[in-house]
Amino acid sequence: MIANLIGVLFDGIAYGALLFLISIGLSVTMGLMNFVNLAHGAFAMVGGYTTVMLMARLGVPFLAALPVAFVVAAVVGAVLERVLYRRLYKASHLDQVLFSIGLTFMAIAAATYVWGPGLQPIELPRFLIGPVKVLGLDLGAYRIFLVALVIVITFGLVLLVERTRFGAQVRASVDSQQASAGLGIDVNRVFSLTFALGSGLAGLGGGLGVDVLGLDPTFPVKYMVYFLLVVAVGGAASIKGALAAALILGIFDVAGKYFVPDVGAFVIYVLMVVLLILFPAGLYGRRG
Amino acid sequence: MTAGSAPPVVAPPRATVAVHRLPQDRWRAPEIVFWSIPVAVFFALPGYLVLGSQILIVGLFAVSLDLILGYAGIVSLGHAAYFGVGAYTAGLLALHGWGEPLSGLVIAGVTAAAVGWVAGFLVLRGEDLTRLMVTLGIALVLYEAANKASSITGGVDGLSGMTMWKILGMFKFDIAGRVAYLYSLVVLFLLFLVLRRLVNSPFGLSLRGVREKRKRMPALGASVREREIAIFTVSAGVAGVAGALLAQTTQFVALDVLAFSRSAELLIILVLGGTGRLYGGLVGAAVYMVAQDILAGINPVYWQFWIGALLVVIVLFARGGILGGLEGIYARVRRSGA
Amino acid sequence: MKLTRIVVAAVAALLTCAASAQEPIKVGAVLEVTGPFASLARQIENGIRLYMARNGDTVAGRKVELIIKDSQGAQPDVAKRLVTELVTRDKVDFIVGFALTPNAMAVAPVVTEAKVPTIIMNAATSAIVSKSPYLARVSMTLPQVTMPIAQWAAKNDIKRVYSLVADYGPGLDAEATFKKYFTAAGGELVGEVRTPLKNPDFGPFIQRIKDAKPQAVFIFLPAGEQAVAFMKGYRERGLAEAGIRIIGPGDVVEDDVLEAIGDSALGAVTTHQYSAAHDSKLNREYVKAYTEMFKIRPNFMSVGGYDGMAVVYAVAKKLNGKIDGDKAMEVIKGMKIDSPRGPIQIDAVTRDVVQTVYVRKVEKKDGHLWNIEFDKFDNVRDPGT
Repeated sequence: MIANLIGVLFDGIAYGALLFLISIGLSVTMGLMNFVNLAHGAFAMVGGYTTVMLMARLGVPFLAALPVAFVVAAVVGAVLERVLYRRLYKASHLDQVLFSIGLTFMAIAAATYVWGPGLQPIELPRFLIGPVKVLGLDLGAYRIFLVALVIVITFGLVLLVERTRFGAQVRASVDSQQASAGLGIDVNRVFSLTFALGSGLAGLGGGLGVDVLGLDPTFPVKYMVYFLLVVAVGGAASIKGALAAALILGIFDVAGKYFVPDVGAFVIYVLMVVLLILFPAGLYGRRG
Repeated sequence: MTAGSAPPVVAPPRATVAVHRLPQDRWRAPEIVFWSIPVAVFFALPGYLVLGSQILIVGLFAVSLDLILGYAGIVSLGHAAYFGVGAYTAGLLALHGWGEPLSGLVIAGVTAAAVGWVAGFLVLRGEDLTRLMVTLGIALVLYEAANKASSITGGVDGLSGMTMWKILGMFKFDIAGRVAYLYSLVVLFLLFLVLRRLVNSPFGLSLRGVREKRKRMPALGASVREREIAIFTVSAGVAGVAGALLAQTTQFVALDVLAFSRSAELLIILVLGGTGRLYGGLVGAAVYMVAQDILAGINPVYWQFWIGALLVVIVLFARGGILGGLEGIYARVRRSGA
Repeated sequence: MKLTRIVVAAVAALLTCAASAQEPIKVGAVLEVTGPFASLARQIENGIRLYMARNGDTVAGRKVELIIKDSQGAQPDVAKRLVTELVTRDKVDFIVGFALTPNAMAVAPVVTEAKVPTIIMNAATSAIVSKSPYLARVSMTLPQVTMPIAQWAAKNDIKRVYSLVADYGPGLDAEATFKKYFTAAGGELVGEVRTPLKNPDFGPFIQRIKDAKPQAVFIFLPAGEQAVAFMKGYRERGLAEAGIRIIGPGDVVEDDVLEAIGDSALGAVTTHQYSAAHDSKLNREYVKAYTEMFKIRPNFMSVGGYDGMAVVYAVAKKLNGKIDGDKAMEVIKGMKIDSPRGPIQIDAVTRDVVQTVYVRKVEKKDGHLWNIEFDKFDNVRDPGT
């Protein structure tokens, strides 16, 4: 019984890890640039389709396709940031919402046009399929891979933010754009790089998620709710917050469905509403 | 936009909402012309009345969103929740024997307003993103609840088999949609009159104060919270009436009345027409639904792409939507003429 | 003189053209072209177009004109409006289409009042055809294809089954039908669960199934990523190794998504009315023509579209081009059709399809996954819910 519970929880953690990977970019964008970007899922979708295309058309192995997905999504993000997003940093949140919804529609329509409305198949490498016995428990190989990868990336991100100059610049800009600019920090460049990084991570998450979440042109809207959930509950611009929120949501969603399957679907939404009532600025959000 | 190490320089924000002259309640010529159009449509385009009633209903729904979005500045991604509550209330009443349209409409509106009032306490905390999520969350919870309670709501298959009684004992709903059209038009017009009075009243003015400069309102002795809850309740009630109209005129309630796509589409329609002008919702609904009817028939995938592109363009260059654009033209004409 | 003759000939030719040129037979198709069910509508539309391409677009001297309208997903109010417009404005002779039940339900009162023969090409809830005397169905109903798997399982030594269905109308129908016929045949349902409709991860549910140690899990999920997600969870948690088989109606391994699901589906035994691997000359030609024209594999919905048009053409031929609602329904009742899936018949009383339901297993042939038929139940009627 306990073994089953742990197995289920691990699934929840893996699921939360994937959510975190995709959502962290959105969290930083929101906190840093104060931009509500509902099109974030589209960057994940770009990563997903890139992965699928590389594997299906060019025979690139899965593990090699993932970094490419990251790069492609990052580049797309960088370009869009420079050309479009930058104009709306000072705009109202409503404008940003509408703009990003518009972008999302365009992305969905383009994906439908190019790849059709159906689900994209993906062939994972042999060694990532099936269960793996860990300490007497049956855990999914792919899930272990996901969790391990996200742990590594999270360490990398924390290192980046806490220990590098760039990270310091990001933190400064989050705290106050004006003061940072006054200190000579090129805030524009920080924005661009951060946006690109966030989009790239989303793309990587999208590639990883093709197997777990399924990839079709409606991906951005299907999962948008979950990404927003993570950011809203975790508090913007907080890696810790996003991680905590993603894990909590992943675990509760999974545990809810295991123990009370009848109301499983509600748990996550009710939990979100409750958490937001208790913590209007998110779990680790800045007040004010 | 500057490159290099200069701080981000962005043009001062042009408001998405109109800058109003002091409100007055007299009917201006364009308004009278505007209302004569649906009447003319009734006589001139008898084959399009079913589409017409749906435009009127969506228009009313959009106006309800304008109340909170355009006038009070509350961003909502889940307004379909109240639309759906109204639709199911009216539908269930009719299904279980009470097919009287007018009272059904009132009961549905009141129920939706009540739900909106309760929701208001949850929604109106925190900043924009939080509100966005909570409105979304409420709509999602209601959607799941309606899906689960399929023995009551019909779930995904929808609620059907209701018969509506004659309106005022005289007018029966016909297949060509003539009665439905007039019914929707009258309800829309009457509600619009009330709301028009409301937004041009001192209360309406104070709402604009809330939207523009929230922090200063208490200095004027005005309670922000009370006002927001009040307008949220009214807005939910109007949305509920729109939902009830849909249920009564189509004699069917589908689960999608609560779907996120409805809320998102509504937002697009309102912005297309122009927020904060009350008429924006009606203009947006008419333009959007007619365009959709024509263009989606040609190629549905293109429709979605171009609507997305239009949205991007509006936000970047044409904030204020159609009405904003018209006002701009009008202002320029006046200036050059005078 | 020569000029006059030419002119006379030309005028005569024109007049003859004008005389034989009649109003086309208008067929209004209401499909969920955009939105989350686009891939379903795509298959149905392809089936319709393939039939018209192979059989020409003229019947009984009249051209067949197809008008496709998009209901944009599960939007019954839009579907109802589109049908009203098709009937009053375009004055169509037939209405066809409907991948989804709510859309089909909503239009019943309209087609009754307008007396327009309406062919359901996919929507699978039993009650639909009873809503109007002008509705007929050529596809299947969920109880109709679920009952056989319950009976097959009981007959084949599968006595303990766990049921997992999606929590919505069709899922509940499938669960109820399976329970009824399986327990009647001596089987035992060791557990049941209803999963949320938009559920991305089946992990916890699959764990519960593993805990209960059934011989098989009966599943019904909407075709598409839900089926894919379940199968992956099934594979990951090692249910196949634990000896738990997958059974259910064929929706979960239907031909459009089978390849996307991948090898985790191997060995699943399902019952359905159509498999692209169905071994008949008619079907082999159908699959070949379809794949050539549309570059994807046909699934059961495309056959619904194809056979639906066969009905339209047959009615038009029988009535010599003069389409009258009541006469059309008389022709449709009892009609037999040679479908790529096998022979089918439209019941004379219920106007619903009566057909052979095949038992198939997912196997790999030439490196691709197919549902290979190995048993069947003839003349299955819709048992209702």
